[in-house]
Amino acid sequence: MRTTVPVAIAFVSGIIMLVSFFFRTEDNVFGDASQQLLIWSSIIGGFSFLLGAISIVRVNWRNVRLKKSGWGYNLLTVLAVFAMLVPALIKKGWLPESMAHLAGRDAGSIYDWIFIYVATPMSQTMFAVLAFYIASAAYRAFRARSAEATLLLITASLVMLWRVPMGEALLNSIHPGLPGWINTYVMSGINLSVQRGILLGAALGAASFSLRILLGIERTYMGRG
Amino acid sequence: MATPRAKRDPILPAWRTALYALALMAVDAGVVAAQDQPATAEPLFRVDRINALIAILVFGTAVTLYTRWAKQGKPLYIRKLAGLDAIEEAVGRATEMGKPVLFIPGLQELDEIETIAGVSILGRVARITAQYETPLIVPVRYPLVLAAGQEVVEQAYREMGRSDAYNKDTVRYVAGDQMAFAATVNGMLMREKPAANIYMGAFFAESLVIAETGNAAGSIQIAGTARPEQLPFFIAACDYTLMGEELYAASAYLSHEPMLLGGLKGQDLFKILLVLVIIVGIVLMMFGAADTFLSWFTIT
Repeated sequence: MRTTVPVAIAFVSGIIMLVSFFFRTEDNVFGDASQQLLIWSSIIGGFSFLLGAISIVRVNWRNVRLKKSGWGYNLLTVLAVFAMLVPALIKKGWLPESMAHLAGRDAGSIYDWIFIYVATPMSQTMFAVLAFYIASAAYRAFRARSAEATLLLITASLVMLWRVPMGEALLNSIHPGLPGWINTYVMSGINLSVQRGILLGAALGAASFSLRILLGIERTYMGRG
Repeated sequence: MATPRAKRDPILPAWRTALYALALMAVDAGVVAAQDQPATAEPLFRVDRINALIAILVFGTAVTLYTRWAKQGKPLYIRKLAGLDAIEEAVGRATEMGKPVLFIPGLQELDEIETIAGVSILGRVARITAQYETPLIVPVRYPLVLAAGQEVVEQAYREMGRSDAYNKDTVRYVAGDQMAFAATVNGMLMREKPAANIYMGAFFAESLVIAETGNAAGSIQIAGTARPEQLPFFIAACDYTLMGEELYAASAYLSHEPMLLGGLKGQDLFKILLVLVIIVGIVLMMFGAADTFLSWFTIT
């Protein structure tokens, strides 16, 4: 029963979505059913955020309680969860008029302030750090230890030069056709054909995997089989 | 009044019939005085997508046939995937070192097929960690993935007879924001120093941030994604990388179940057909006669 019911639900839902692709969906049962399924999926997704909030608080609070290494960070995480959650849930009418703007999620609220001045800059900082990670990964990947690695190093150097205006000007000074040659043969030729090969395989793999789920052969996503 | 005449419209496809109405236009006023709205008689079934239906039927038949043959016990050759063979070795290393295994099932929602593939592989990995009694950490970005991941890991521990070792916080929700997730995982990698990191699913810009930190932490790293733009990052930072379709083949490969392996062989057969179609298309294109042929493979 624990396997049959989910497999049946997956089969019926999958078939509805598949059939609706081949029929006009305006004002008919196929369109209505597929739309309903998408709405249900959004509703379930919305409710599931409660599970996420419970999980994040429980895991971090346990570390605080047991005073595990780095428990200060866990405490900060729990405080951050409530610092954003509670003011966002408070109704403006519950607070005195002078403090009403702090509640809710509008501009000027605590939620908005934390989002703009704490969450967004931290997120952008993490993204900016990516540049350093690229440098360290590139150093490792481009070490010319073999013929293939040397070829990769030369190709990557040419592409990187071509990607920046100063490098493009340099390549142009060597030979006016060089930037165009890199674009045509390296990026649109070798690179694109390999990418398409991978994409083709991935699309077929996804289709095959979906079919296995639809037919109930693949049950590993439920922890069974 | 003139008798209506039927005329072929070159813009419309051959199967579609359309009824046109004439409209008088008052140019000065800029108003269109249409007597009747143009009405097109659209069939319920989308004939323009019949090529996709044929492809699904051929593909489905190939998968079903191979699955049946596999069920009958016919031997099927599946090439070795070094990345998947390395999973058990990586978990073994973690057991010897007394350190945990970290698994990330991608950063997409559960309605993405890559995430489902990641969760499937998680089940296999959880069986091995349950068998070796190795701690497992699974940070996730979406609560639905949390629920599915908890179910899969719990079932794996139950099937291995290690229900007592299952910890509900093995799979944990860490953050909904992409970079907040990356920062949390980086913190885990540097504090807990897992012996093995397995990344399977959909990854974006954070792929290198996480994989490079894992590399710095000295872990064995195995990654798998179907996104070509993230593959170079994983190849540079990880020990093994599953590319594209290998991610979807992983759960079947690890399970060694003939029925699942049959699905993979069916997929291979369809791929051969597709390669033949591409070759025919290239030849026809060289002779400038590929227009009709290409239209057979265009989905509107």
